[in-house]
Amino acid sequence: MSTVALPGVEAAASAGGPRRRLSPWQAWGLVLLAPYVAVFLVFVLYPVGYGLWLARHPQSYVQLFADPVFAGSVVNTLIFLIVGINLKMAVALFLSGFFVTARPWIRWLSVLFILPWAVPSIPTILSIRFMLNPEWGVVNQVIFRLTGADGPNWLNDRWIALSMAMLVHIWKSLPFWTMILIAGRLAIPGELYEAASVDGASVWQRFRFITWPSLSTLYLTSAILSMIWTLGDFNSVYLLTGGGPADLTHVLATLGIRYLRLDQVDLAMATIVSALPLVLPLVYFMMKRLSR
Amino acid sequence: MKRLLTEAKLVLIGIPVAIWTLLPIYHMFLFSISTKEEAFSGELWPAHPTLRNFGVVFREQNYFLNHFWRQFANSLLIAVAVGAITLVVAAGAAFSISRLRTRGGRLVLNCALFTYFIPAAFLAVPMYKAMGTYGLLNTQWALILAMVTIASPYAIWVLKQASDKLPWELDEAARIDGASPLQLFRLVYLPLIAPSLVAVGTYALLLAWNEYLYAFLLLSNDKDITLPVALGHFLSADDSPWELLMTTGLIYALPPAAIYYAFKRYMVAGLTAGAVKS
Repeated sequence: MSTVALPGVEAAASAGGPRRRLSPWQAWGLVLLAPYVAVFLVFVLYPVGYGLWLARHPQSYVQLFADPVFAGSVVNTLIFLIVGINLKMAVALFLSGFFVTARPWIRWLSVLFILPWAVPSIPTILSIRFMLNPEWGVVNQVIFRLTGADGPNWLNDRWIALSMAMLVHIWKSLPFWTMILIAGRLAIPGELYEAASVDGASVWQRFRFITWPSLSTLYLTSAILSMIWTLGDFNSVYLLTGGGPADLTHVLATLGIRYLRLDQVDLAMATIVSALPLVLPLVYFMMKRLSR
Repeated sequence: MKRLLTEAKLVLIGIPVAIWTLLPIYHMFLFSISTKEEAFSGELWPAHPTLRNFGVVFREQNYFLNHFWRQFANSLLIAVAVGAITLVVAAGAAFSISRLRTRGGRLVLNCALFTYFIPAAFLAVPMYKAMGTYGLLNTQWALILAMVTIASPYAIWVLKQASDKLPWELDEAARIDGASPLQLFRLVYLPLIAPSLVAVGTYALLLAWNEYLYAFLLLSNDKDITLPVALGHFLSADDSPWELLMTTGLIYALPPAAIYYAFKRYMVAGLTAGAVKS
């Protein structure tokens, strides 16, 4: 019955409009919005503007591009994104299929499986760091006991250390993306699979013609969002390798902080500005997607 | 026979998944119940499990642990403050944008989304400089405000999604009954989106408790820092007591894990609604 009274309400609400005076509703709207606007202006807009202003000198970029650590970091970041994310998302896609299988023990396992996501990353990354200690770490001790040979010095070789940082990143975020893809799979109507099994479809055909078409959009969105978050993943690299050996395993996220700690803010900002051509298209894509 | 083969395949996937997931956490637990010698021996279970490490941590009997309780309280205080402030800021903004249709709301929402998608490690550099300009560096307010900045965009997004689903008849009925905007907000709106408020408050609280980078940049005094920064300090020496580091880490990791599992129902629903909308 509320629709009967609706015209009167609208007239009352818009009465203040023509006289350019705010109705209490509009005034309260502004008051309630104000705290976030203040947070945004003071802690996002001003800092970003100031940062970009600090990064205005072409000289900073000349200096940055001349630094071999920068070139190495760009390569590392791209490897992290291309190899790390594809590996992570492929495994998450596979495991989401495993976890939707209806078995009591798989339900229990799925509860445990979320642990890496639920616990803070600092202690677990440090735990992995010690596991990889060449002398005292459990990994090399097991290798020694099984083969009698010394294991590799895991964190002292650029490519092994970078791979380990990628594994740490995957260990931490795999549960989250698996959960997202499980939710996606559960949204697919079960009749489709029943019809397919009546028609005698193979496991691969069921995936290829039912699961994948329904999941592909979600998978792509997840991969893009994961790329943005991975670009900002400071902990996996910094706490495992500290950027070492000899600054060879830095990614752009840790390199910016490294310059900041060395009091070279212009280089730190220049690093971030150099990453923008990569970040902004991804952000644009995500904003388009969420604004629909 | 075919059934048995399927089960065997599932077990063959399940066992590596369990080992992969639990190994680093088990390793941390193992160190916390081992003496230094046994921890470094690479055994899979200590010959003489002990709770001595916990006693050392709780009684602050180590150079790295001099301010353990103080740092624990710092972490707790900052996490609670970030959770509370984020809730106030985000609930007001979401109500204003979604229910009051405030002019410019769409723009503010887009600004919030944009902030959500800036990688946090990139925002950290300008944020650090700005905090210096504001004279907030090395104060806990710097960390609290920085974490509110990072947590509120997602909080606003989730709350706005939840608000949009409420029926308009409620607002109309409230207006006809002569309710003020603030009464509508407090008496109708907040109770109805309570589940989302729980999800968002927990999200902000955990984000602040778990944060390392911003805490490590914005705080430096040993008495001001949070636990994760203190954990990072163990790395500064070559002969650090790793068994104590892992014990402290375990104590630090338990509360968020417990909260996560307690609120999992809300968290998962909130995450899937907000993070990825297909």
